[in-house]
Amino acid sequence: MNAPAHTLFEKAWRAHEVVPETADTPAVLYIDLHLIHEVTSPQAFTVLRQRGLQIRRPQLTFATMDHSTPTRTEQVFGGAPIAIEAAARQVRELESNCAAFGLELLNLRHAQRGIVHIIGPELGLTQPGKTVVCGDSHTSTHGALGALAFGIGTTEVGHVLATQCLLQRKPRTLAINVSGKLPAGVGAKDLILAIIGRIGVAGGTGHAIEYRGDTIRALDMDGRMTVCNMSIEAGARAGMIAPDETTFAYLAGRPHAPRGEAWERAVERWRQLPTDPGAQFDKAIDIDASTLEPMVTYGTNPGMVMPIGGAIPERAGDPVFEKSLAYMGFAPGQPIREHPVNVVFVGSCTNGRLSDLRLAASLLRGRKVAPGVQMLVVPGSQQVKRLAEAEGLHRVFLEAGAEWRESGCSMCLGMNGDLVGKGQYAVSTSNRNFEGRQGIGARTLLASPLTAAACAVRGCVTDPRELM
Amino acid sequence: MEPIRTLRSRTAVLAVSDIDTDQIIPARFLTTTTREGLGKHLFADWRYGPDGVPRPGFALNRPEAAGCTILVAGDNFGCGSSREHAPWALTDYGFRAVVSTRIADIFRSNALKNGLVPVLIDPATHRWLLEHAGAEVSIDLETTTLTLPTGQAARFPLEPFARFCLMNGVDELGFLLGREAQIAAYEARAGIA
Ligand code: SF4
Repeated sequence: MNAPAHTLFEKAWRAHEVVPETADTPAVLYIDLHLIHEVTSPQAFTVLRQRGLQIRRPQLTFATMDHSTPTRTEQVFGGAPIAIEAAARQVRELESNCAAFGLELLNLRHAQRGIVHIIGPELGLTQPGKTVVCGDSHTSTHGALGALAFGIGTTEVGHVLATQCLLQRKPRTLAINVSGKLPAGVGAKDLILAIIGRIGVAGGTGHAIEYRGDTIRALDMDGRMTVCNMSIEAGARAGMIAPDETTFAYLAGRPHAPRGEAWERAVERWRQLPTDPGAQFDKAIDIDASTLEPMVTYGTNPGMVMPIGGAIPERAGDPVFEKSLAYMGFAPGQPIREHPVNVVFVGSCTNGRLSDLRLAASLLRGRKVAPGVQMLVVPGSQQVKRLAEAEGLHRVFLEAGAEWRESGCSMCLGMNGDLVGKGQYAVSTSNRNFEGRQGIGARTLLASPLTAAACAVRGCVTDPRELM
Repeated sequence: MEPIRTLRSRTAVLAVSDIDTDQIIPARFLTTTTREGLGKHLFADWRYGPDGVPRPGFALNRPEAAGCTILVAGDNFGCGSSREHAPWALTDYGFRAVVSTRIADIFRSNALKNGLVPVLIDPATHRWLLEHAGAEVSIDLETTTLTLPTGQAARFPLEPFARFCLMNGVDELGFLLGREAQIAAYEARAGIA
């Protein structure tokens, strides 16, 4: 008799069942890696204190600061204090909580600090088959390494701190099969935006996604992370990619990756993780990557997305759609190309890794940011910053007239001082174009790093292929 | 957590689909380190003008919305970030239930941990509710039904454990702490020390 065929998700899930789920109770799931940051952790520590609880496995929780931290060098390394008093308090509180409970913290000036979803993989903390959680919805990013990774709320942060476990109902599975070669100028960001456009912002609700197929296999780890990162934008808490040689090559030698014989044994284990032939998914969709174009959003959720050469759709009689377009200052039927742009942001946990910066730099090299456009390039971690500088990418950005900052979430969300002004148009490589996400009244157009750089050069929405 | 068995209230209606957590509570209010007092920032950018003055047209600013504990929202409520500040803001404001056809996974999970009942109902009942703002409805967790003033009742799904916790005011942390023996056994098997 053949062994039953299981999906990647199923294998990772089963390996972490402390108590399997029943009709009456959710599963108790063990968590291998818990990442915390300053914004969604303070109230969890408060609960621990109120109930007199200790942290069960302090060595399995790592802390960084990224959301409310400033990105200006003089504020991070100089004497200039964090301008926003509440943000400064939050940072101090994380420091004192980590000290009091014995947690490792990558503090503001630490050489390994960065956006939580960039540093997990970068430090080799995230590994295939692990369960990874963080009080942050983009924890789905870590699934790119074959981990079962999902975002949790602050109450659950407290659960993990106290018990290293979570109560979870098993989600359904959704296979997204992608085949065909991505055309020149079209990358991982365009692919995931196209997927969200196809299945909608709630298309993945209740599901864990597995991205499969030759297009996914051909992506490098940075691209895979971009894809998994935005799973939550399709409503899915987790997005996974089976580990393969690309994954192992990426992890080898990273600070927290196993070494020597332990490494060999780990790789042996990780090779067992990919979905077995014949394993069933609850749902599956197929995407042809070879016909994709650079994508850009035109509305106020990531599902409102279109090929950059297209015209804004019409949905007569849909007041919510009309409200969204009114917020954006767009009209149905209008082409989006050539629309003036005020701000360009390259960074975030979606596109703040080295390959993203390389892509942006490849278009900016020898060119200038258009007059009147502010361009911000914010590496996802201090290590990304150092690697980019070693390649001279920062000079490309600075010579083009862009700003080069310290790592952090920056303009991805308006809580650290990096803001888009009211009514301004920002082409952003981040993941959310919600109303006010980048600042009150800010209008966000999500796009790839290549597209963002092209828009910066022309000062208007531009198909990057015109400059390649 | 206070046990909840039934809720009865007029509804406040926000007929907008895909209301994301950045609308429920914008990021600039997340620098707080406590969970109290977020109600005043609920839907801040819709509720107040740039000068901080309440916009009279916004549903929650209308006099008849005062005291409502049941919020009816458009399709797919609570998408976006994992910030528990969203249900904290809703409950601090006074809401005890959110009704929609679809509710995002992380938001739903967070809501349940804060005594905010996520009520998923069928499109026809939903449409009726959207068209009858201020209708007096009741929600019964025993029977998992939402009853309209017309007397018509709609069942809604609620995961049995979540329902048990809501109805008995039980919190999950206590339950997890009670699994100490199993957790220790798992750690021993997995070689975690
Ligand atoms: S970069 Fe943006 S999406 Fe990513 S963790 Fe930071 S705020 Fe969240």
